[in-house]
Amino acid sequence: MSYDVPPIEGETDPEVVGTTGGHPLWEVFVRASRGLNHVHCGSLHAPDAETAARNARDVYTRRSEGVSVWVVPSAAIHASDPDDRESWFDSDKPYRHPTFYEIPDEVGHM
Amino acid sequence: MTTTEQPPTDSMRRFDELLRADEKIEPRDWMPDEYRKTMIRQIAQHAHSEVIGQQPEGNWITRAPSLRRKAILMAKVQDEAGHGLYLYAAAETLGISRDELNQLLHTGRQKYSSIFNYPTLSWADIGAIGWLVDGAAITNQVMLTRTSYGPYARAMVRICKEESFHQRQGFEIMVTLTRGTDEQKAMAQDALDRWWWPSLAMFGPPDADSTHTEQSMAWKIKLETNDELRQKFVDMTVPQADHLGLRIPDPDLVWNEERGHYDFGEIDWDDFWQVVKGNGPCNRERIASKVRAWNDGAWVREAAAAHAERQRRRAAGNGGSNGRSSGRDRDTEVRR
Ligand SMILES: [Fe+2]
Ligand SMILES: [Fe+2]
Repeated sequence: MSYDVPPIEGETDPEVVGTTGGHPLWEVFVRASRGLNHVHCGSLHAPDAETAARNARDVYTRRSEGVSVWVVPSAAIHASDPDDRESWFDSDKPYRHPTFYEIPDEVGHM
Repeated sequence: MTTTEQPPTDSMRRFDELLRADEKIEPRDWMPDEYRKTMIRQIAQHAHSEVIGQQPEGNWITRAPSLRRKAILMAKVQDEAGHGLYLYAAAETLGISRDELNQLLHTGRQKYSSIFNYPTLSWADIGAIGWLVDGAAITNQVMLTRTSYGPYARAMVRICKEESFHQRQGFEIMVTLTRGTDEQKAMAQDALDRWWWPSLAMFGPPDADSTHTEQSMAWKIKLETNDELRQKFVDMTVPQADHLGLRIPDPDLVWNEERGHYDFGEIDWDDFWQVVKGNGPCNRERIASKVRAWNDGAWVREAAAAHAERQRRRAAGNGGSNGRSSGRDRDTEVRR
């Protein structure tokens, strides 16, 4: 299949100018319905909180995925270090789980 | 861009362990430089494709044949913009900035899917794109919901939920046309004739010539090869074309009882590489339109940044001297 695309007289490719203007990054959290937590769903750039919230609605809730939106400056998030996971999230205390305990069958459900 | 030098062997072992256990790699995990680079290249190319992909369809919004079709097409094109944004956000978690990504696209140093370098010549093309191009994209994207990089996989889950509507609305256009006048049927056939082969080429070069496939499979970025996905798409689409009463433009297309798949003809890879290299019918126009839109939007981005800065200063200034009135000012501004 071939197409014949004649050049347009005087046509030039435009020069690239400008940047995003350094709009900061925001993390977006959406509450799917009343009674549920806000859940992280992605991020976006916006100059201020109000614009970020409005853009978050357009980008992340086009099909009524939510009833409430939070936007948080990404720079404000402090995260744990994945390399510390063993000391942070220990899994060696099985007695913290109900299944650790033996209850006589005749007692029934507890 | 963040890079990590000389892997401590522990980190490497941990990375391999996660992959072996089919766990996701997350942004703050250590990863080999090559994995990071491959991931950035692939997500960026995918994001650029969503964004550039708005153009061939956007071309028909003002000429959609009914208000219903126009509303649907606008919603679809808007979804593609959203897909681009989900993916740019995922790419940024790897340490590349949005500005860099834009520059790479605008200066032709990163690619987008070649399919969008073909023109949309008639309304039937909008049907064919939804049916075939979104159909092919879904085949690939369903696989990518299981890809090894967490943010990419999660973006794919969101995208796949939205794509199904894209394919169905396209097929519905084809159904309507093929049930219409002879002229409408001919339009539908012509669109299929032009979009069939480029859609098959969307899956990329054959496995034998694909340089990245082996490494991408080892890293679980890809879970199926180009040829496997292409076969899946052909098997799914041929019965749909039969249903429409349209003829797929491939004389070698035949059901192979033994394989349980359709055999199909050879793709014209020379044509494909010509388009990839920038010599397709619309390459220059697509990038030129993108750059023009970006440049024309510069004043909006600057004004928004200036407005945000003024609000910040005003809030800081008032908050210091007179808390009550600043509170009232902010209220009126929010309500405005
Ligand atoms: Fe899309
Ligand atoms: Fe789509």
